[in-house]
This record gives sequence, structure tokens and C-alpha cells, in this order.
Amino acid sequence: MDKILEVTDLITRFHTFDGVVHALSGVSFHLYRGETLGVVGESGSGKSVTMMSLLHLLAAPPARIEGGRALYFGDNGPLDLLGLDTAGISRIRGGRMGFIFQDALSALNPVMTVGRQISETLVEHLGMTTARAWNRSVQLLDYVGIPEPGKRAAAYPHQFSGGMRQRAMIALAIACQPRVIIADEPTTALDVTVQAQIIDLVLRLKSEMNMSVIWITHDLGVVAGIADRVMVMYAGTVVETAPVDDLFYRPAHPYTIKLLGALPKIGQAGNYRLESIDGTPPDLLEKPSHCQFVWRCDHAGDRCWQDIPQNREISPGHQAACFFPFTDKGVR
Amino acid sequence: MQRYILSRLIQSVFILFGVLLIVFFMLQLTGDPVSLMISRHATPEDVEALREELGFNRPVAVQFGSFIAGAVTGDFGKSLRHKQPAMDLILSRLPATIELAATALLLSLVLGIPLGLVAGSNPGSFWDLLSRGTGLLGQTIPNFWLALILVLVFSVHLGWFPTFGRDTWTVLGLTLPTRSVLLPAFSLSLFTMGQLVRFTRSAVMEIRSEDYVRTAYSKGIAHRKVYIRHILRNAAIPLISIVGVQFGYLLSGSIYIETIFSWPGLGNLLAESIGNRDFALVQAIAFFSSFVVVFLNLLTDIAYALADPRIRY
Ligand SMILES: Nc1ncnc2c1ncn2[C@@H]1O[C@H](COP(=O)(O)OP(=O)(O)O)[C@@H](O)[C@H]1O
Ligand SMILES: [Mg+2]
Repeated sequence: MDKILEVTDLITRFHTFDGVVHALSGVSFHLYRGETLGVVGESGSGKSVTMMSLLHLLAAPPARIEGGRALYFGDNGPLDLLGLDTAGISRIRGGRMGFIFQDALSALNPVMTVGRQISETLVEHLGMTTARAWNRSVQLLDYVGIPEPGKRAAAYPHQFSGGMRQRAMIALAIACQPRVIIADEPTTALDVTVQAQIIDLVLRLKSEMNMSVIWITHDLGVVAGIADRVMVMYAGTVVETAPVDDLFYRPAHPYTIKLLGALPKIGQAGNYRLESIDGTPPDLLEKPSHCQFVWRCDHAGDRCWQDIPQNREISPGHQAACFFPFTDKGVR
Repeated sequence: MQRYILSRLIQSVFILFGVLLIVFFMLQLTGDPVSLMISRHATPEDVEALREELGFNRPVAVQFGSFIAGAVTGDFGKSLRHKQPAMDLILSRLPATIELAATALLLSLVLGIPLGLVAGSNPGSFWDLLSRGTGLLGQTIPNFWLALILVLVFSVHLGWFPTFGRDTWTVLGLTLPTRSVLLPAFSLSLFTMGQLVRFTRSAVMEIRSEDYVRTAYSKGIAHRKVYIRHILRNAAIPLISIVGVQFGYLLSGSIYIETIFSWPGLGNLLAESIGNRDFALVQAIAFFSSFVVVFLNLLTDIAYALADPRIRY
């Protein structure tokens, strides 16, 4: 399969008054054309910072991207996103890669009509006239399932319901037919029924428009339902990457296993949140010098306190960053 | 929206009535107004005659009634000194004050908002330092002191501006300002400018990190457009109320600045009428200034509601 995106050893740090926050300590992953990559991990593990680093969306200062490469394989050959200038990255943003943010209420400009916010992108990337862009925005709102799109285009974000607002946000992200959609916890703020509708919508758009999707979520249940592959993040690193079935049936990293253990058993009511793992993540103000999961791990050995484990292949397409991964052949 | 405007209008009428009440009883509280107005050598007959003429011998309630009745039609009686209706005097001084206030407001907008914008987007930079300096000085330097220094430097030494007075220029029947307005307007604008700089700066700093600004960038919108359409547009909403309040303050005329520059405006008239114990005129100016402030507040609130679609009444 062809890759559309390949990120290698991405290092992002925040230089704050309290010290240096090691938000990303060498993140590597790739995205195939047409696939859905699920990204899971506790809050603060670096999921958002990873994606925002790619598009230069972090405020600098305090953020600084201090290493790595992020190749985007466009029609004109590979492009290192991290090395692009403002004009270059502006063409990618919205044009090649669309971002869907979590809270559409705060992510949309409160004093600009929704139609205008969509048109703005179209004018910027496709050079449409304002009038054409407006008509196209109305079509897009219709396309994402908003009733009376002509009327709604002239409304402001606060006049939409939560679900409709997230649909509008999606219309905005797909307006210029990007190749990649990054959805950063797009359903976290919504109730379950609406959440399911939004997931269906994104999957439909993905197949109709032939896009690749990166879906960040807390929710392993969602990942199981929609992802082709899953990447698990922990304390600014990728600790495991696997096809979705491998991850659920043959998890290799102790952290992943704990995450899955925190899932309710079949038939048991409850939601799939990841809050119930013992211990707390490490303080990112300290530069990592050993496995960051070690003090929460039930199987740690001496080596885990001395070295940082790198990602290693467990089976084809399945990697884990652990010195003692669980494998088919039994434990270690 | 119409209901909102209507309710604010009614509210404004009540406020103005309150102002009239205060303005009226302010005079009563001085004791016997006539004894303040008349020469110390006047005979009791003279005093009685004046009292009769001005209607002070009537019961207070009747006086108040006729005061209100007059005020509603803009009639505050005649100025003792000028022997002219007080309102006519105010209206004759109004163009000069409007010229001064509008120029001062314009200066503070044109200098204050861009400075605050640049400062807010580059915290810690030279411009930020300059803006914080301006904000601080604008609110702490007494404007009459600044006015004197400006006159000394730019009028006396350099001769670029007249030292005092208002010169106008008439084209096609229109009376236009000349450079004589610049020094008084600049001195007057400093306080407002300081407020605008500070407010714009902090609004921009806050809005810059809003989620919707990040969204705008994530759509690939160019930097400059993000600033104008998203950041400035949102920052403008809180600025509306500052501009409204400050314009009210500028329009009610500055006693210090108009006196220093012998500017023939309302502030000057007020200073003069207080000196002359010209009560009808003082009352009229006090009410007129309140009226301007109340009216501008009303406009501000309406503009606010129009500018922010989240506000619907
Ligand atoms: N502006 C910032 N200043 C300092 N630290 C930050 C900033 N933004 C994010 N971080 C840190 O980066 C880490 C990763 O954050 P994030 O990517 O938002 O986590 P999540 O996986 O929940 O999306 C967090 O520990 C957070 O504290
Ligand atoms: Mg996040």
C-alpha cells in the first residue's frame, strides 16, 4: 500500500517558565492512502501535539519542533512538512490536510456565519469568487446532512445544535477535498447517538472522497469500530502500532494490555473511557532516560530502568516499544 | 432587538429625569441662589426684584414643574451674563467641542488600535514595550501638563501651531478644521489612546490563543487575514464600549484643555459660567453633557448588540 504520510522521530518541546516540557520524544508513524488510523492514549500523551506539529499549528513560543521529519506524499513527490515556510504550509492546511477539532463551539468563530467560515477556505485555496464559494458552502452543508443548508449557512455557530455544529466543522474540513483528515476527538463532546451519526458521516465521506483519516480518541470502542490500524501513544511516544485486530486480540505492550483490561467485559454496561488505569503518567518536565511506563508496569525488569525501548517488529505491521513484549509465543 | 432598543430608550429617559432632578436640586442646595447671583451691595428691594424676575419666590414644587417643562423643550432659561437662552449658547459652542472631541477620538483610534494590535501579537517586543508605556503614561500624565509642554515645544519654540484659539477654514459653505485643533486634540486624546492601547493589546493577546483562531490557521488562511477577520473582528466587540464611553467623555468638553487653548467650546463655556455664577447656564451644560453621555451609551449598547450575534434580546 502507498503511504500518504510518514513521520519519523518527531520531537516537540515546550519551553515554559517551569522548564522544558518534553511533549513528544521521537514520534514515528505512517498513514496509508485510504486507511483510517486510530490514535489512542491517555490525556496528555501527545496525540494533539503530534498532529498540530505536522501543520505548524502550535504557538511558538513556547512550542518548538526540535527534530524529525514529516513527509507528505503529494502529487508532486514527497514534501517535508516540517521544513515548509508559511506559504507552503498554508497550502497544505485545509487544502491537503483538513483538521476537525473536538469542540466545534469554541473551534468556530462566534461572530462569523458558518457559510462564511467555509467560503473563506474555498476562496483561499481554490480562488473561487465569494458568491461561488457561498453556493459551494451551502452544497457542502447539504452534503454533510444539515437540513435547510441555505438558511443554516447564514446562521452563526451558537445557533446550531452540538451535532449540527460538528457537521459544519466537518464540512469546513473537507471543503477543499483534502487527502488527509485529522479528527481530534471529534465526538468527545457529543452524546452517544449523535456520536454514532458523526462517525458514520466521516466514514461515508472518507470512502466517497477517497481520503485517509487519522482519528484521535479516548474511546477504544470507537477505534474498534472504525480503524484499520491503531497507534497507542504514551508520554510523548508511540508505544504500539498494530492492525486493529492484532491490537485487540494480541496486544504486545503492557500499557496497551492495561488499556484493554480497563475495557468493560462483553455484556457489561458502561462506557469505554480510559480513566481506570492505576498510577499517573510521568512528569514531562524530566527528560526521559528509561521506559516511561516502568513504574506503572507489572512486568518491568532491570533493563526497563536503564534504557529507552525502541519500537520493534512483533509481527508484520505490528510494532511495540517494549523490552519484554507479550507475543504469540507466550510471555517474553 | 426592537424590544431591546425600546427598553433601553425607556431606561435612558428615566436616567435623564434623574439627572434633571439632581441638576435642579443642586441649585436649591446652595441656599438662596439669588444672594449668590447679586452684588453684595444690592438693596433688599433689588434682591426681591431679581427673585421675582427669576421665579424663585414661587413654591419649590412649582419651580421644579416649570423647570422640567422647560427642560423637555430644551429651555433652561436665559443666561444671566449673556442675556441669551442657555441652550442657544450651548449650541453655538457645540461645533468647536465636536471638532475637538472627534479629532481627539480619531487620533486615539488611529494611533491606539494599531499599536495595541501589534503589541498584542508580539508580546515582549519593542512595540509591546512602547504600548505599555503609552498605556501607562496616557492614564497617568495630567493632560493639562502635557498641553502646556506641547505648546511650549511646538508652538512657542518651533512655531508649527498657533499657541491658542480655534481657526477654521471655510470651503463651499463648510467649516473645516485647521491645524489649530491638533495640539488640544492630541493632549485630550492621550487618556483615551492609553485605554485603547491597553484594551486592544490584552484583547488581541487573549483572542490569539482562542480555538477558532487555530481553526482559521488550520484552514490555510494567510496570517494577515486571520488577524483582520478573526482576531481584530472579535477584539472590536469589547472595544466598542470603550470607544462609546470615551467619546461621551470627550464630547462633554474638557475644561482644562479648552481653557488652556482658549478653545471656544463647551468646556470653556462651563468654566466661564461657573465663574460668573451663571446658574441657568451651568444647569443647562450639566444636563446637556449628561444627555450626550446617556445617548452615546444607548448607541453603544445597540452597536454592541449588532456587532455580536450571540447577543439577542
Ligand atoms: N502550550 C503548552 N505548554 C506547555 N505544555 C504543553 C502545551 N500544550 C501541550 N503541552 C503538553 O504536551 C503534552 C501533550 O499534550 P496533548 O498532545 O494535548 O495531549 P493529548 O494526547 O491529550 O492530545 C501534555 O502533557 C501537555 O501538558
Ligand atoms: Mg488532545
